[in-house]
Formats: sequence, C-alpha cells, structure tokens
Amino acid sequence: MAIATPLRAESITKPSSAPLIAIEGVTKTFDVLPVLRNLTLHVGRGDFLALLGANGSGKSTLLRLVAGLGQADRGTIRVGGWQLPREAARVRAQLGLVSHKLLLYENLTARENLRFFSRLYNLHGKRAEQRIETLLERVGLASRADDAVRTFSRGMAQRLSIARALLHEPAILLLDEPYTGLDQAAAAMLDALLSEAHAEGRTIVMVTHEIERAARLPTHVAILARGAIAFTCARAEIPDAAWLAARYAEVTG
Amino acid sequence: MQTPFFRVVYSILLKDLQAELRSRELLSLMVIFALLSLLIFSFALELDRIAREESISGVLWTTVAFASIIGLNRSLTLEREQGNLDAMLIAPIHRAAIFVGKLLGNFLFALIVGALLIPTAAILYNLPLISSWLAVALLLGTFGLSGVGTLLATMTAQTRTRESLLPIVMLPFALPVVLTAVRATTGILSGQPSEDWQAWLQLLAFVDAVYFAACFVMFEFVVEA
Repeated sequence: MAIATPLRAESITKPSSAPLIAIEGVTKTFDVLPVLRNLTLHVGRGDFLALLGANGSGKSTLLRLVAGLGQADRGTIRVGGWQLPREAARVRAQLGLVSHKLLLYENLTARENLRFFSRLYNLHGKRAEQRIETLLERVGLASRADDAVRTFSRGMAQRLSIARALLHEPAILLLDEPYTGLDQAAAAMLDALLSEAHAEGRTIVMVTHEIERAARLPTHVAILARGAIAFTCARAEIPDAAWLAARYAEVTG
Repeated sequence: MQTPFFRVVYSILLKDLQAELRSRELLSLMVIFALLSLLIFSFALELDRIAREESISGVLWTTVAFASIIGLNRSLTLEREQGNLDAMLIAPIHRAAIFVGKLLGNFLFALIVGALLIPTAAILYNLPLISSWLAVALLLGTFGLSGVGTLLATMTAQTRTRESLLPIVMLPFALPVVLTAVRATTGILSGQPSEDWQAWLQLLAFVDAVYFAACFVMFEFVVEA
C-alpha cells in the first residue's frame, strides 16, 4: 500500500534556502569529550543519505541535533531554512525519527501507541484510523495490532517504531540504525518501505553500519570519522559495496 | 502548526491511564507502600486516642508524600526508558502541555492512593477521618506534590541515580505543601473552628498556584536542557 505524498513538504522551507538540511561547522562536546568537530554537511530536498561511521563517531549525536533534541556548542543547523533548536517548532511536524530506543510505550498495544502519537500530530478521527490501519498493514503488524508492545520481539517493535515515524507523513525521515533487530524478511520490508518513501519525495537521513545496504539504497553516502565528515559520494560513483567498504576502511582505520 | 494544547494534555492523560489500566504497576506499588507505611506507623506509635489524633495528620501526609515520590519516579522513568519523552519532544506540541498531561496523571494516581488511605487509617487508628474538608485538603495537597514532583522527576529521570535522587531533591520543595496540608488536616480533624484552619487551606492553595505556575514555565527549560 502506498504512503500518501507529504502534503506540507513545501511549507517548511524558507524561500531563500538551498539545501533542506544545512549543517555548518557544528561542534558538540560531552563533558570534555568532543563528539562532533566543526562538521559541515548539506542534504538536498529528496536526497536519501546514508551516514556511515564507527561506533562513537558522532552519528547518533548528529541525528539528534538535526531532530532538534539538543543544541550544538558551535555552528548552525538549519532545516528548511529554519535554525535549530531556536526555530524547531516550525519544522517538528515534518520530522519523523526512528531512534536507537523504540520511542514506544510497552504497556500500550500497537494500535494504542499509534493512536497516541497520531493525536500528538493533530491527526484524529477517520483519517487517523485509516492511516494507522494502512501502516500496521504495511509493516506487517495488522494481526498483532491489539497486543501490548511488551509482547513483541525487538524486530516487531522496531517495525512499529518505523510506522510511528511515518504516521504523520513527514517530509524528512531521520533513521538511526533502523535495521537493528530485523530479520531478513522484515529488513526487505523496510527496504521497500524506504524506497517507497524516497520515491514519494521524502528526504531521508539514515545512520547505518550496513555498507552493502548503504551502497544500494541511498542516493548519497557520507562517512563520519572522528566527529567530522571524512568522505562523501553519490550512489552513481559507487561501483559496488566492496569499493565502499574499502573507502570506509581507509577513512575510519 | 502546533497541536492544540488541551488535545495534547488529554492524549497524555489518556495514554497514562490506558498504560496503568493494563499494567497496574504504578498504582499497585504506591498503594502497597502506603498501606504498609500506615500499618508500620500504627504499630510503632501505640498511642492513646489523643496522641493518635495529634499524629494522624503527619502520618497521612508523610505516607502520601512518599507514595507520590514512588509513583512520580516510575511514571517519569517509563517516559525516559524507551525514549518516549524524546518522541513527545519532536512532536509539534507545546512543552507545557506535556507537563500538564503528566501532572494530571500523577495527581490522579496520588489522589486514588490518598482516597484509599483515609478509610484505612480511620479503621487502623479508630478515628473519624471521613470529612468533606479533608477531601479538599487531600485534593490540594496531592495536586501540589504532583506539580512540583512532575517537574523534579523529569529532571532526575535523566540521571543514573534517579531512584534515590528524587526524594532528596523533592522533599525540601514539598515541605511547604506538606506543612500547610498537615496544619489544615490537624485543624479539620481536631474539630477546631473553621477560621482556625481555613487560612492553612488557603495558604496551601496559594502554594499550589505558585508551584504550578513556576513548574509550567520551567518545564520547557528542563526538557530542552
């Protein structure tokens, strides 16, 4: 089942802005440990960017900053031309986030979770119910819709988390290792879901460790090393996954 | 555009009630603690009737305060554990609506514990505790505790030592609420003229209003920090 085209994708962008996500000279330090160092990255409208990097390279921190869940020590982050976190309220309705954590209530059922989050996004009534049914079907959880999330496997909960992120038809999808815990069938389902979302014009930033997938699905790849972007390329420049793996080893080694 | 404030408040309250109806983990912890506490006090303070009358207010409010802390700790830890607070923070909603929604849920649970506690205490202490003014004191007292507690539990839920930190941080702030609630309750239960204790109830309502306003404003800074 297709996900409807985002209705408000244009409305979040200031007319003058060029890249949809513009990260300029961002530095972020936790205690005394610098996680991001003068990082600059641009993501265009409709791009699908895979962000690769070793553990602790700052990928998740970067994604949280783009989601408006934190403040950079230095530098600026603009989404649709709006500066975060100061103007985050202007873009929140257009962001969908799949995090390391599930962002779900374990004591609620799958349907109750989606209902709760749909209300937060001001979706209600028949439209919300239809959207919930469509997504439950799409992520293969329609038969478990009325079961509590605590009874789900990690993979099932992850699929529901993805449905939650897509619920309000965001223009930008931020995914932090969305393939964690998914079996092959569920991973293939997510591949299809992301390809579909991208084909509909959504901008996707996906943190992943899966080089084979990064070489195949996205339009662009960036590799983060020691808190900065060490390598970027378009998919057209990637001959195969082995080539990307070699570049990854070079810049992170 | 932001989701209307009261729609968010209602959604959060409804979600907390649904989750609690299914798991019963929060209320059962609070009720068991409150009943055990009451029982221990009743055994520890084997007092005559006058002494029981004088101590019952303190026993009731100490128990309600600690039971509230248990509930608040659990309620906000549940929001943090699976990153649900983050999920709410990236939604187009007013931060204060999260505060009010969580506050109402915590207030309701504390009120249920208080409502169970009073008849139980009446039996254990053999005292006439059922009074409409005591219900008013309970409403105001639990609201004040839940207000300041929701803000502080949101802060401490981000720390590793949250279980032990909340009581240490909360009790000094809860003191004006507990103190005025104890004074009002003592006046009500000892049959003093209403003008003697109504000032304490008014002061309790004032403390509630000040705490609510302060927490309402500060919540955004706490969650954005």
